[in-house]
Amino acid sequence: MSEVTATAPAVAAPVRVTRSRRSTVWAAIGAVVVIAVLAYLPYEVYSGTTSLLVNFFILLIMASMWNLLAGYAGLVSVGQQAFIGLGSYFVLIAGLHNIDPFLGLPLAALGSGIAGLVVWWLLSRLRSGYFAIATWVIASICYLVIIRFPALGGGTGESLTGLPNISASLLNAYIYWVALGVTVIMLIAVYALLRGRLGLVLTALRDDETGARSVGVRVSRAQLLVFVVAAIGCGAAGGLELISQPFVQPTAAFSVQWTAEMIFACLIGGIGSIEGPIIGTIVFFVLQQWLSSYGTWYFIVLGAVAIAVAIWAPRGLWGLISERFHIRLFPVGYWLWPAGEQTRPGLSRLPFPRRAGGAGSDT
Amino acid sequence: MIWVNDIIQGIMLGGLYALFACGLSLLFGVMKVINLAHGDLAILAGYLAVGVIAVTHIPPVWSFIIVVPLFAALGYLAQRTLIQASLNRGVLTTLLVTFGLSVVIENALQQFFSANAHSLPIGSLVSDSFGIGSQITIAYLDLAIFLVAVIVLLGLQYLLSSSKQGRLIRAVADDREAAQLAGADYRHIFGIAAAIAFATVALAGIAYGMYTSFDPSSGTTALLLLFAFEAVVIGGLGSLWGTLAGGILLGVIQQLGGQINSNDQVLAGQLLFLLVLLVRPQGITSRRRTA
Repeated sequence: MSEVTATAPAVAAPVRVTRSRRSTVWAAIGAVVVIAVLAYLPYEVYSGTTSLLVNFFILLIMASMWNLLAGYAGLVSVGQQAFIGLGSYFVLIAGLHNIDPFLGLPLAALGSGIAGLVVWWLLSRLRSGYFAIATWVIASICYLVIIRFPALGGGTGESLTGLPNISASLLNAYIYWVALGVTVIMLIAVYALLRGRLGLVLTALRDDETGARSVGVRVSRAQLLVFVVAAIGCGAAGGLELISQPFVQPTAAFSVQWTAEMIFACLIGGIGSIEGPIIGTIVFFVLQQWLSSYGTWYFIVLGAVAIAVAIWAPRGLWGLISERFHIRLFPVGYWLWPAGEQTRPGLSRLPFPRRAGGAGSDT
Repeated sequence: MIWVNDIIQGIMLGGLYALFACGLSLLFGVMKVINLAHGDLAILAGYLAVGVIAVTHIPPVWSFIIVVPLFAALGYLAQRTLIQASLNRGVLTTLLVTFGLSVVIENALQQFFSANAHSLPIGSLVSDSFGIGSQITIAYLDLAIFLVAVIVLLGLQYLLSSSKQGRLIRAVADDREAAQLAGADYRHIFGIAAAIAFATVALAGIAYGMYTSFDPSSGTTALLLLFAFEAVVIGGLGSLWGTLAGGILLGVIQQLGGQINSNDQVLAGQLLFLLVLLVRPQGITSRRRTA
């Protein structure tokens, strides 16, 4: 970012600034087509397939939120299951008060966001690893508090009441559409956030936190915003999880397994890009469907792959693809084009930083 | 009088927590690495002890003679390979790698040892105790674990502050580049620190295996990592003696909470952790603000 302001006045010729090297119109059209096809799906496939896809959407929301946290704000949380569990329980509580669970969903997201505010107030002083384990402690506390309420099923769990009294296949289709809608909203929200001022702030913060603070970047406010958005997203995912089940079991709802899934999906796809978690979730989900019958071996291999990716290919699958083909479907950074270089395809002569978005692994 | 007994039991329990926390504290203090696989490593040590006992038929109490050096070697190796490789990439990577390691260890244990619970058979020692007055009973095992924790933590603190190796470790922890310039091979020193940390993890795992039964997921479900972490934060970062104090305080609060309601044992400790985080984030023993 500082590079832009520093060099722009010095270069006499106008410097063109674009969001990406290539037009992203096709990516936008593609996204709309994919969403339209997905929205039409319940008319064509069995509810087993849509239920599966609901799980996919839940994982996609979680992975995108975790990517926002770790990949952009540098906040590694292993306690996001706190908000997933809370989201589930907020929908459950709404149901117990005769509020339609679909209406309870935005309430659950809101409630999780408020919980996120409180948690941030408690943890904002902590850094990196300490922040990570402290979030886990928070998740454990949420679990221990929730199981004290017999009305919420205590330690054994509770069924969701108040789902509309309609045929199972129609209900499944509704759940599917709601899940798709929430996913699209969350992804657009993440994209909009990162393209806006917050994206710049986070980039500055990632590249040099001390430097960013010294030029007046309000670091903690940016991190607070990210943390609350991630809490809202995970709360919505948790609410969706309960509606799709429809049963909540506290140990499962607050299980660290959720966070493991988010991290793996993010890592495989690539931390620090919008596309990464999407690709990672697809790959992770397909692998899970194929290989989960191998049980423990599946997790052993997954963990080993995660370690290898983290060390040797920290930008994940999407990183490999975008490096190779120079594409970015959802650009959040900037490209600078000196006059006269608009049409030249080569990258090698650009004397500018390659881009100003995404997570740095080499900081 | 009953609460005096509770406090004494809590102090003993706190010794076990402090022993768990020792390795976490050391790895963070020296390398700034938070090892998310800490709890699973302790359980791995417990299983290693089970295996060693089955193969060599040595008395379980003495299994640490084999397991601890093995773990120290494992720690040195892990540091020189995985941890160093992730350190070169940054803090985020160390967290991801140790988290992946935690998943691998837990599932590998489940694959090879099944999900059944194991314990280290120490015979009647597990229940033998002596009484002070009519209200207070102290189990020999608890006392032994507590004493081991005190010896290990204070011994390490002494080594770090007084021995040549300890000075090297502190120098590298303070300023890696400067220590390197002065002729210290920081990778080797890191390896030694990791070896010590892993050795204490092994001790903690064996102690835990004598104290109660464990299964492959105990590292996660028994919240070992969280308790260790809480002991470190409550005590104050960067001081092993603080970690001992933090562990003991955590144990006492848990024991007292458990007296109110058995469900409250863990919750009481975690609320104490939050309280310390809010009121005294530098920990109860530290004078610097370093969180």
